[in-house]
Amino acid sequence: MEAALSEDIWTECNTTPDAIDDALRELLRARHAANHLLVPARVLNLVVVVDRSWKGEIANRLERVGRYHASRTVLCAVEPGRTTIDARVVMSYEEPTGDALGVILEQVEIDLGEVHLANLDNVIDPVRAAEIPTMIWCPHGHLEAINALLALADVILIDSDDEPEPAVALARAAELLGSVYVVDLAWLRTTPWRERLAATFDPPGRRELLWQIGRIAARHQASSTASAALLAGWLASRLHWRPTPLSRHDGDELRGVAHAGDHDVEVQLDSSDQVVPGLTGVTVAVPGGWSLSLDRASGGLCARRRSEDGTESTWQVLGASRGEGGILGEGVRQALLRDPTYGPALSCAREFCPAVG
Amino acid sequence: MTAVTENPLAEGLERLPVRPTALVIFGATGDLAHRKLLPALYNLAHEGALPERFELVAVSRSHHADEEFQAIARESVQRFSRTKPDPAVLDGLLAEMRYIPGLFDDDSVYGDLGRALDELDDKAGYPLSRVFYLATAPQFFPIIIGELGKAGLNATAEGGASRVVIEKPFGYDLASARGLNAEVLEVFDESQVFRIDHYLGKETVQNLMAFRFANALFEPVWNRNYVDHVQITAAEDIGIEGRAGYYEGAGALRDLVQNHMLQLLALLTMEPPTAFEANRLRDEKLKVLEAIVPPDLASVPTMAMRAQYGPGGQGGVRVRGYREEDGVAPDSRTETYAALRLRISNWRWAGVPFYLRTGKRLARKLTEIAVQLKPVPHLAFQSQGSVGVQPNQIVLTVQPDEGVSISLGAKIPGARMRIRPVNMEFHYGTSFVSQSPEAYERLILDAMRGDATLFTRNDEIEALWGIIDPILTAWKQDTTTPIPQYPAGSQGPPEASSLLEPGHVWRRL
Repeated sequence: MEAALSEDIWTECNTTPDAIDDALRELLRARHAANHLLVPARVLNLVVVVDRSWKGEIANRLERVGRYHASRTVLCAVEPGRTTIDARVVMSYEEPTGDALGVILEQVEIDLGEVHLANLDNVIDPVRAAEIPTMIWCPHGHLEAINALLALADVILIDSDDEPEPAVALARAAELLGSVYVVDLAWLRTTPWRERLAATFDPPGRRELLWQIGRIAARHQASSTASAALLAGWLASRLHWRPTPLSRHDGDELRGVAHAGDHDVEVQLDSSDQVVPGLTGVTVAVPGGWSLSLDRASGGLCARRRSEDGTESTWQVLGASRGEGGILGEGVRQALLRDPTYGPALSCAREFCPAVG
Repeated sequence: MTAVTENPLAEGLERLPVRPTALVIFGATGDLAHRKLLPALYNLAHEGALPERFELVAVSRSHHADEEFQAIARESVQRFSRTKPDPAVLDGLLAEMRYIPGLFDDDSVYGDLGRALDELDDKAGYPLSRVFYLATAPQFFPIIIGELGKAGLNATAEGGASRVVIEKPFGYDLASARGLNAEVLEVFDESQVFRIDHYLGKETVQNLMAFRFANALFEPVWNRNYVDHVQITAAEDIGIEGRAGYYEGAGALRDLVQNHMLQLLALLTMEPPTAFEANRLRDEKLKVLEAIVPPDLASVPTMAMRAQYGPGGQGGVRVRGYREEDGVAPDSRTETYAALRLRISNWRWAGVPFYLRTGKRLARKLTEIAVQLKPVPHLAFQSQGSVGVQPNQIVLTVQPDEGVSISLGAKIPGARMRIRPVNMEFHYGTSFVSQSPEAYERLILDAMRGDATLFTRNDEIEALWGIIDPILTAWKQDTTTPIPQYPAGSQGPPEASSLLEPGHVWRRL
């Protein structure tokens, strides 16, 4: 049976950031005094800025991140016309058993108005835990808030698949990357395919094929062109291809080429009717007839390989679906890591998807 | 055409690629496979960490059809996996799993195994790497190794490697370890052999290296000039848990000191390796293990002591003494507690005593390394009215509450300058809220990748046995000195203090 979760709660209407900070300290002091085995987690501040009307939906998404919770989550709900700040502080913990330590997670919910966004750093700075990284996530845009918080942020969490126009999303990601480390959920959705492609070409005998790739096709949910472009951009950056702008065919299909030294690589990003965001599948092919397709399937990916002689084999590559909750959790975890390949992949993805007009 | 030596797609990936592999578990119906290996394999599959092609073959003495063994394996995963099994992943992992029944010395088993592996290669269209995991009782290790050699399964096919993972205990004493090494190396090259000590796969044990070599703070004091003494403790609060058959023949010295505790000592005291690479790391461990001078038989009583738990209380419940446990001889001389004082004869550590102790049915479960620094050379403060200035201690806790704590002297608030020790603490649980992978997950993956960094090399294993072999011999020869008894649930035998140098005391558990 799972241990029951206990909560200590403080709330105040028309409050101030300093009062919230005092409340956090006092709740912590009181809980630690009551049980010295309860100590606060100190991993990451996650500051989330959302529209007030979608606060519950985002809170639910954050609850589903699994084991990768931030240690202090500050959820700012923006309500048009509001001029005062209301706040609620929740410290949650499981009472430790025996000599084991119990970990306290902190959540701060702040209701504020658009009027506060330009100086949101003044609200957040006193409320975040010192000496640990701070990650910012603004799933509903709020560019004013992002700009205000950039100086406090070590990491910004974005989802390039959220923006209808991939070129705009990728340009925004590149702009942010100039000033802060970016974790992009659209990029994390491509991880299983990147890992499997890397594994496919890992045996030394197969690596030669990397330089002969003549076609790549990334199939994606209609709103996840950015993920597909990032996957293509990753291959281009790792294999030193020179991308050229893709053009639109038959509605949502993007086609074009990348120059790979002595030959061109056909690049194709196709929209599919998949329900969940992200990629549906990826195919890489070599002119001699060798190809590999990795498609989303139950319990992992379905791999289909065609050899030069035309024989085909199909097998299952194991892996549980992370779901959107798991991908968000992975995004939180990535705040503590650094992926050197995202920037070059983003750069190539932008060349595949130049801004319209 | 461009020559490719590195895989350009692997950079930046958290999970490095693993070549397509067929993993063969010998002893697949045993406790280790049931509780650890099969759940670890499932978790790797769940995380998407297994190779793009992964085939599992189980070999054991019991007779089962493939489907029967698949049901057994499913139950193991459902019961012991750290993640809730996803039915589609579990089905995928077990669907093609093969089971080969038979005795380990039966040639036909290896013929069947060879044919099964060839079929899997044919199915893949290329040779899979082969990893033979020996999770059997140790007496079968040389038999299985020899049979694998006879069947030609030790050969590395083009594009696919052949490796063998050997569980502990590797040998029973120095002579048997040497003998087993010789038998193994007659069939496999050392680069194909992975001697497992799952302790090395624990995150907190690996963190020892991060702690020492990723922080400029500690290394300047990590030597005889500043370190007064070191205590390494591996205390258990449980008894032998019905394993009298194994434990009577092993004892605490073989069970924990020869492997886990001496590995901790080696990681704590070795010189910095130039790279975190298998042979460089193991070279450094070997050097420091070879600098521990084994005692001669006459001096064993002055540097080692053994004891047994007697009746006592554990968690408020009355428990039996070791000699009253089922399957234990009433006059058993097997130690359930062992303590040693070791010295490392090199420039860094000359003169520093290293105390090791381990025992069953002690007051609490605890594995820690405590490094006590020397006192400050001059003290300007009065200590009246306080416990006074204590030497700094750096304590690395492996379990429970993995972390590092440093004791410092701090002023007690008030008008007078009074000092008391306070702790600065880092806990894994509070700084990394996420769950650590099981040690076996990491080590199985490393073996499949051919990375031997966290495995024990042949010369290292002989150095480990070389340190304790004289103690084993002396204790075996001494059949008359009474074995000290300590009450179950206590701090251990008071006689253990006889090993300590003046002014030193065992840390309270």
